[in-house]
Amino acid sequence: MALTIKEVEHVALLARLSLSDEEKALFSRQLSSILEYVDQLNELETDDVEPLTHILPVFNVFREDVVRPGSVREEILSNAPLLEENQYKVPKIM
Amino acid sequence: MELFELTLHELRELLEQKQASSTEITTSVLNRIDHVDKELKAFITINDAAALAQAAQIDARAEYPGITGVPYALKDIFCTRGLRTTCSSRILENFVPVYDAHVVQKLNKANSVLVGKLNMDEFAMGSATENSAFFPTHNPWDLQRVPGGSSGGSAAAVAACEVPFTLGTDTGGSIRQPASFCGIVGLKPTYGRVSRWGVIAFASSLDQVGAFTRDVEDCALVMNIIAGHDPMDSTSVKVEVPDYTSFLNRDVKGLKIAYPREYFDEGVDSEIKAAVLRALKQYESMGAIVEEISLPHSKYALPAYYLVAPAEASANLARFDGVRYGYRDFQAENVVDMFSNSRAVGFGDEVKRRIMIGTYALSSGYYDAYYLKALKVRRLIYQDFETVFKKFDIIVSPTTPTTAFKLGEVSDPLTLYMNDILTVPVNMAGLPGISIPCGFHAGLPLGMQIIGRAFDEGTIIQAAHAFEQQNDYHTMRPALGVK
Repeated sequence: MALTIKEVEHVALLARLSLSDEEKALFSRQLSSILEYVDQLNELETDDVEPLTHILPVFNVFREDVVRPGSVREEILSNAPLLEENQYKVPKIM
Repeated sequence: MELFELTLHELRELLEQKQASSTEITTSVLNRIDHVDKELKAFITINDAAALAQAAQIDARAEYPGITGVPYALKDIFCTRGLRTTCSSRILENFVPVYDAHVVQKLNKANSVLVGKLNMDEFAMGSATENSAFFPTHNPWDLQRVPGGSSGGSAAAVAACEVPFTLGTDTGGSIRQPASFCGIVGLKPTYGRVSRWGVIAFASSLDQVGAFTRDVEDCALVMNIIAGHDPMDSTSVKVEVPDYTSFLNRDVKGLKIAYPREYFDEGVDSEIKAAVLRALKQYESMGAIVEEISLPHSKYALPAYYLVAPAEASANLARFDGVRYGYRDFQAENVVDMFSNSRAVGFGDEVKRRIMIGTYALSSGYYDAYYLKALKVRRLIYQDFETVFKKFDIIVSPTTPTTAFKLGEVSDPLTLYMNDILTVPVNMAGLPGISIPCGFHAGLPLGMQIIGRAFDEGTIIQAAHAFEQQNDYHTMRPALGVK
């Protein structure tokens, strides 16, 4: 199945990726060929097959809710690209 | 023999007998890195001052239990407190974690000495370490060739005797394929065997941590340190961890070995097939029972993987938004442009491609056709293995369809994906798998893959060690840096 430039633009918006015109053209070509390749999965009849998300029979793992030493705020904030009064600063949202 | 050439178990012996100090070993290793890494390019960060300080502390105590005092290095995907962790990506170029990954804590506790962080494909996406945002790593057997990927730096560093062991991660073959290309031992444990807490996530239902070593005994020693349940990783399982060294020096009489015909088809180089078939003959002569079997859904593992892994990656990599850490575009005037531009500059092409595929496969209207379909096929692949393991103890195959290819030789993404065709099914089924050297062709190493039952890394180590005892491929070293 071929992916049009318009579809590439839609997916890029969902994925929050700015793409140049060259990248859009390249990805439209490359993603189409990858999708064409994965289409062979349709050779298999899977109506009665349960999907497998991962192999472990592990669900809802809980542990005691106890206070433990965690990371230090100053250290965490030291990785921030932009701070104001020890808070993350971003461009206007509204 | 120089100290840097010795294996982990040989170094342990020297330390125990006080014939070498941790400082001497660490210095030898750092000199070796200094000597060959300009050409090899395995390291992103060298932790020399801290490593020497740690070695001096260890020597002051003068006690060397376990792997105390032995140097190692990490794929740059493991968070290391206070030490830059890049995932070979521009977006994390200046990221300094505030905590150590669980396995790093374990190695710290074992007093192993961290000498540096190793190059990889950006966010572990690739099969050649050419997708690093910084530089490609070279294969120590032929510097014109790739070391494999995504843990290419981890494999090249061990093969070139820059360090006795390293850790990597394997999502679709990223430990076994570079181990094969570099002629060393690489084990991907069972999904859930080793904690992934503090390991930057690629595809959470597939990622697993494992070791690169120069022989199987060293692999067992490292597994003894890193395996086990971690309450901080809800996918790590409370299953008893055996002493992996107890599986060394056992025979393989009566061991039931299957080899899948789909893994020996026309897409695999004839020299690699021949080497693995020779190994199977050896197993037979050692008393193992060897039979050809079929894993009928094998060819669907790769297409299913290229939906499941990108889908999970697109979700995991959503956290890189330029807000709390990582690269940010400061020109953007609104927050969506800031996210989108930061990610556009911060991520390389392959990462973008996989985020795009994954986002598409999960998007409204396509979820059932792609993602859900892939999960159903994943069940079929799992059942193939389940059926075989009812009758057999291990499955043996080539690790890769080819030997190491040249840098820049493969540029089409789909062609490159094909490299993982023999390793991906193992991740899809969550099983443990090792690659060990089983021969050479035209000066390049050949790798044999041994797949085991879930949580039965022991039998893999047993079979791998039995083969190693009969052969000397694991003692071969590249001529790199020899004056």
